[in-house]
Amino acid sequence: MTSAPLADAGRARHALLTMWTIRRFEEAVDDLFARGLMHGTMHLSIGQEASATGACMALRSDDAITSTHRGHGHCIGKGADLTRMMAELLAKETGYCRGRGGSMHIADVATGNLGANGIVAGGIPIATGAALAYQLRGEDRVVACFFGDGAANEGAFHEAVNLAAIWKLPVVFICENNKYGMSFSTEKSMAVAHVADRASAYGIPGVTVDGNDVEAVHAAVADAVSRARSGAGPTLVENVTYRWKGHSKSDKNLYRTKEEIAEWRALDPIVRFEAVVQERGLLDEAAVQAVRDEAMQAMREAVRAANAAPDADPSDLLDAVFAPA
Amino acid sequence: MTSTTLDPGAPTAGERDLTYSEAVREAIGQAMEADDRVFMLGEDIGVYGGAFGVSGDLFHRFGGERIRDTPISELGIVGAAVGAALAGMRPIVEIQFSDFTNQAMDQIVNQAAKIHYMLGGAASVPMVLRAPLGSGTGAAAQHSQSLEAWFAHVPGLKVVMPATPADAKGLLLSAIDDPNPVIFLEHKLLYRTSGPVPVEPLRVPLGRTAVHRRGADLTVVATGVMVSRALDAAAVLTDEGVDVSVLDPRTLTPLDDAPILEDVSRTGRALLVQEAPGHAGFTAEIAARITESPTLYRLLAPVRRLSGLDAPIPYAPQLERASVPQVDDIVDAALTLMKES
Ligand SMILES: Cc1ncc(C[n+]2csc(CCOP(=O)(O)OP(=O)(O)O)c2C)c(N)n1
Ligand SMILES: [Mg+2]
Repeated sequence: MTSAPLADAGRARHALLTMWTIRRFEEAVDDLFARGLMHGTMHLSIGQEASATGACMALRSDDAITSTHRGHGHCIGKGADLTRMMAELLAKETGYCRGRGGSMHIADVATGNLGANGIVAGGIPIATGAALAYQLRGEDRVVACFFGDGAANEGAFHEAVNLAAIWKLPVVFICENNKYGMSFSTEKSMAVAHVADRASAYGIPGVTVDGNDVEAVHAAVADAVSRARSGAGPTLVENVTYRWKGHSKSDKNLYRTKEEIAEWRALDPIVRFEAVVQERGLLDEAAVQAVRDEAMQAMREAVRAANAAPDADPSDLLDAVFAPA
Repeated sequence: MTSTTLDPGAPTAGERDLTYSEAVREAIGQAMEADDRVFMLGEDIGVYGGAFGVSGDLFHRFGGERIRDTPISELGIVGAAVGAALAGMRPIVEIQFSDFTNQAMDQIVNQAAKIHYMLGGAASVPMVLRAPLGSGTGAAAQHSQSLEAWFAHVPGLKVVMPATPADAKGLLLSAIDDPNPVIFLEHKLLYRTSGPVPVEPLRVPLGRTAVHRRGADLTVVATGVMVSRALDAAAVLTDEGVDVSVLDPRTLTPLDDAPILEDVSRTGRALLVQEAPGHAGFTAEIAARITESPTLYRLLAPVRRLSGLDAPIPYAPQLERASVPQVDDIVDAALTLMKES
């Protein structure tokens, strides 16, 4: 049975604020990029906010996550500092990685984020290993491992999920199925209908969830987390969702139709959840507006503070290659 | 004398300017038209046109059977190419970033490189693995490496690093013809550069060092994007009164060292420039060949290497630039070398 939904006003507000914060962060990044003020590349999770939010809210603060190239939402969901994230993207010394990592490598070990990853499926074995550490030390902590539908076609996925299954490791595999790995649709990349169908091959439970329903995501991940914490082993949760923006800055969207994008925009997870909380009387229109304003304010402040920070310093590029003895 | 351009594979047929990525695409298209066995597989090479736009319209020209989009499964697709090559096809694999050859290393190193030898010559693996390498795009540590020395260290692999559009086309055609596995490393920063490329499918043979210019004072040997930086540095050095040669081996395996040794014997000074980290890097091989040959006795100054830092490539643009040799660094290194003798 599923655990309590986000039924009280406090948790509902937190969920909504997290989703708005992710949305605003991604929009700010998109805008800074378009104006030539941000360097490199980036992968936005606009449209997928419910997945990161619902999943992270099912974790304890001492639980860990591993994330992906599309990781800003996971990072925010786990409680990262927006200014340090933005500072990293703006190549500042005060960024999470001192300008060395950028968007694809942000980690925040203090909040249990073991890191984004530039390598598709790179985090899946790492999550498995972190869960092994918790099991070996007899700690009741859990790892939530985020990855995409495309990552499920890498050998690393297969090897790691099998290890976690045979050792009953406390890890929850969360596939964010946004229907495409870059341009390649899941209809073409897999011969099964759902990534979760693969769970049976490893002898673990697999569930497919409406990934744009933050409560459904939360419930499914909470179930999987309690199973993992109890020692029963991993679960594969598949959040079906959609990315509104291109894969990255160079995407011309030649592989999908405008109609398809419009259909999914109509399933906006934030709009849906705002309606739910108001219907249930958890938050009124003024309270919802206050959440939106708070997210916007936090974002503006993060951009302002990050911009004011000193640029990353090229004078000591060798200092972090090895950890000091 | 200042600049004599002397390219051993120099084409004579009709030329026009193409970008480096157009040159790669043209080579693939001409090879596919000429030989039904040639086909391509890789991630997002179909309607998307390739992560760097290299396959472009090939999908529309040749269809999805021969320009074959794959799931994100590098080990699987390289292995499939090895198998198809063994079974008589001429596959070209595109790996989106050369960093992801790591996923496929078993098939590249333990399988493709060794099959011909292990089988006593009874079978061969005529495949090409194309992959972009190098820094300069802000993609950070897992998308910016220069791993060419790894491949050059594995007997059985040929390793190609074209620096100009004409070389990209001519060397790729030779790589496709070659009966061995060829690792073909394209520099991302070169994709949009343009230069004259022959219309005809003329081959540039593997294993022929290009001499881009000859000078009296110092020999610069450079690979990949460092070739154009070395040529820019050469122009600056001319104004400083230093006359340099710029040579590009173009293929690391097989390595045509004779023109390098000959030029260094003449100038007495060698500056070896690569983007990859210096420690155990490819230019160490060139330095060794110089010191193992009688060229050693002609040196007026110690051989000098200029390489990327022994560190991963960072994200921030100012850090990224500081991590690999720039034109100014080449100029400075050359001037220092001149002062040493
Ligand atoms: C090993 C590896 N192969 C290819 C890539 C290039 N790449 C980056 S993201 C991506 C698509 C990933 O798709 P998916 O796992 O579904 O995640 P999404 O981008 O949809 O969030 C690809 C092919 C990579 N970074 N790493
Ligand atoms: Mg996807």
